[in-house]
Amino acid sequence: MTTATGQNEAQELSDSLDKAKLMSMLQRMLVIRRFEERTAQSYQQAKIGGFCHLYIGQEAVAVGSISALRDDDPIITAYRDHGHALARGMHPNYAMAEMFGKVTGCAKGKGGSMHFFDKPNHMYGGHAIVGGQVPLGIGLAFAIQYEQKQNVALACLGDGALNQGAFHEAMNLAAIWNLPAMIVLENNSYSMGTHINRGTAMADDLKQKAQSYGIRYAECDGMDVLDVYDCFAREAAATRGAENPQWERGAIPEYDKHGRTPGPVFINVKTYRYQGHSMSDPQKYRSKNEVQGYKDHRDPIQSLVQHLIEHGVATQEQIDEIDAEAKQLAKDAVKFANESPDTPIEEMYTDVYAEPFGPFKLGEAHEAFRGEE
Amino acid sequence: MAEEMRRDERVFLMGEEVAEYNGAYKVSQGMVEEFGPRRIVDAPISETGFSGLGVGAAMYGLRPIIEFMSWSFCLVAADQIINNAPKMLYMSGGQFGCPAVFRGNNGAGGQLGSTHSWSVESMFSSVPGLKMAIPSTPRDAKGLLKSSIRAEDPVFFLESERMLGFGARGDKDFSRYLHANGNGGPTWAPPAPEDDDNFLIPFGQAEVKKSGTDCTVVAFGRPVHFALEAAEQLEKEGIDVEVIDPRTVRPLDIDTIIESVKKTHYCVVVDQSWPFASVAAEVGMQVYENALDHLDNKVIRVNNDDVPAPYSRALEQEALPHARKIVEAVRAVTYNA
Ligand SMILES: Cc1ncc(C[n+]2csc(CCOP(=O)(O)OP(=O)(O)O)c2C)c(N)n1
Ligand SMILES: [Mg+2]
Repeated sequence: MTTATGQNEAQELSDSLDKAKLMSMLQRMLVIRRFEERTAQSYQQAKIGGFCHLYIGQEAVAVGSISALRDDDPIITAYRDHGHALARGMHPNYAMAEMFGKVTGCAKGKGGSMHFFDKPNHMYGGHAIVGGQVPLGIGLAFAIQYEQKQNVALACLGDGALNQGAFHEAMNLAAIWNLPAMIVLENNSYSMGTHINRGTAMADDLKQKAQSYGIRYAECDGMDVLDVYDCFAREAAATRGAENPQWERGAIPEYDKHGRTPGPVFINVKTYRYQGHSMSDPQKYRSKNEVQGYKDHRDPIQSLVQHLIEHGVATQEQIDEIDAEAKQLAKDAVKFANESPDTPIEEMYTDVYAEPFGPFKLGEAHEAFRGEE
Repeated sequence: MAEEMRRDERVFLMGEEVAEYNGAYKVSQGMVEEFGPRRIVDAPISETGFSGLGVGAAMYGLRPIIEFMSWSFCLVAADQIINNAPKMLYMSGGQFGCPAVFRGNNGAGGQLGSTHSWSVESMFSSVPGLKMAIPSTPRDAKGLLKSSIRAEDPVFFLESERMLGFGARGDKDFSRYLHANGNGGPTWAPPAPEDDDNFLIPFGQAEVKKSGTDCTVVAFGRPVHFALEAAEQLEKEGIDVEVIDPRTVRPLDIDTIIESVKKTHYCVVVDQSWPFASVAAEVGMQVYENALDHLDNKVIRVNNDDVPAPYSRALEQEALPHARKIVEAVRAVTYNA
C-alpha cells in the first residue's frame, strides 16, 4: 500500500480494530453477497426489471471504505449501488422492494436497481450515467466546506468513468478549491466488456492521473477489507478539514503533484466483479479461469474469515451463524418485496416538484418518508 | 441576487468570471466585495463540473445560483442540468430535491453566430421537474429571480444579453406601454428599494403587458418588446392588440391566455426559439385544446426562422421573431391582411 504523503509508517489500523468492528464488516459483506444472490435469482424470475448490476466480488470496497467513515459523511456512487446502500445500513427489505418496483422501496419504486437513495443514511444515490455522479460528489464536498463541517464526501466511480470529461472536471475542481472529497476508483478492470487498458491510456500508472491534478494518490487491495479499511481511515483523516486556499481574496494557489493534506484524495481500489457486467452479460471478453482464480484465491469474504479464525477473533461456528442470518435477511427481503404493494398509480405525479403545480398538485411535496433503520 | 444572499447564508453564486472580473456582463458587479470569494465563486470553464457541483450542493442543502456565461454554453453540461437536476427528487422518491437556479443569457441578436445564439426554452421546457422563467423587464427579472432563489425546485432562468443594456448597446426601449402607468399595471422598473425584500413575482402568473380587444399576442422574454413595438404600429391601423407575457414557461399560466382569447377571438404566439416542437407550438396547442370554440381563425406562430443563427447582421435580425413579422401575423389572423 502506498500513499503520496510519505507516510510510510503505515501503521496497521486494522490490528487495533476491535472485534465488534471486524464482525460487523464481515456481517455487512455477507449480507451484500447473500442479498445479491437473491437479487440474481429474483431477476431470473422476472421479479426485477431493467438493468441490474451485481456487487458480488467487490463487497470489501464498499464495506471497508464506508466502515472507515463517519455515519454522516455523505456518499455517492454509480449504478452498481446495492453494496454501498447496504454497507451504509439500508435495510435489505427496502433495497429489494425498490427493485421489485414496490412502494416500500428506498425510492418508492421510482428509482430501481441503478438509483438507490437513502437520505437518513446519507447515501446520495446510485447514478446511472457513467461519470455523471462525480461532479455531484464534488458538490457534496463543496457544501461541506462551505458550511465548514468536518465531514468528507465519498464519490465512487468505475474504471470506465475515468474516460468521462465529468470525472476530469470534477478532479480539477476538487484540486483548485481543495475540497474534502475522496474520489474512489472501484477498479474492477472492466467497463462492460472493455478491459481498462483498452479504454484508458496509461491505465497501468493511474497515480499520474491524480498527480496531474495535484491530488493525493492512494491505492489499496479491494479484495482485502482490512487493507481497504486501513487506507480509507488514514485517507479520510487526511481529507477532513480541507480548506479552500481561494477563500482568501486574491490568493493564487500553488500545486504539488503529491497533493495537499488536508485535501482531496484519489484512491485506486483494485477489485474484481465475479458476475457479468449486468444480468444480461455472457462474458465473452474474459476467461473462466480468470474469474475462478479470484473466487478461489482472492475472495474478500474468505480472506476475512481466514483472518478472523487465524487471529482467534471468531470461530467457524460463529461465522456460520452470521452467514445463516445474512441468508435469512436476504430471503426475508424477497418475501418483504413480494408481499409489498406495487407503487400505486397515484404516486406517478408525486415528487416531480417539491412545489407542485397543475397536474403535479396530485402529489404534494414529500418528507423524507422513513426514519433510520 | 445580493438581497437574497443577505437574507440566506446558504445562497452562493458560481460561474465563469462572476467574481474578480465582476461578471462577463457585469451582472455580479461588486458582489465579491460584499460577500467574499467563499460565496461568489469564480469557476473555471467547466460547465459540466460546476453545474454538477451545484446539483450536489443543492442536494446537500445549499442554494446554488449557477451562472452560465451564456445558455449556449450549457450544452456541454446537459447531463447535469437536465438529466440530474430535474429528476433527483423523483428518482429518490422525494428524498433529495435540487433547489438550484441556473441562469444566464439566452437568445440570438448579438451577431455571435450559431454556436453562441441558442434559445434553449423550447428544448428544455419539455423536461418535467424543472421550472423556467423568462423575464422581459427589469421589474420581472427581479421579482422572478427572487422567487427562483427561494424555490425548492431547480429553476432555469433565461436572461437576455440584448436586454441587459437596454438603450445602450442593446435593444432600443420599445416599451412606451410599460412606462405609461405606475398604479398596479405593468411597469418597467422594480419597486422602490424599501420594498425589495418582499418583492416576489410568483411563478405561473402571466402579466398583461398591454391590454387590448382585437387580438391576443403571447410573447416571452425579449420578444415581448417586439410584440409591444408591433402593438404600437397596429394601434395606428386601428387594431388593438393585447400583449400577454406569461413570464414563466413552466408553470405556464394558460388561464390568462385563454381568458384573453375568449375576449379577442384571435391569437398569435411569439417565441424566439425554432418553430418545430417549440414553446409557441405548445401554447398554440393549448389554446386549441381550451378555447377552440372561441377562435375565429387559426392560431399563428411567430418563431425564429428555422435555420442556425446567421452571423450577418441583416440575416440575423431578419431571422428573429421581430415586430414586422408580428404585425403581419396579426393582420393575417384578424383578416386585415
Ligand atoms: C454516459 C454513459 N454511456 C454509456 C453507458 C452504458 N454503460 C453502463 S455501465 C457501462 C460500463 C461502465 O463501467 P465501469 O465504469 O468500469 O463500472 P463497472 O460496471 O465496472 O462498475 C456502460 C458503458 C452509460 N450508462 N452512461
Ligand atoms: Mg469497471
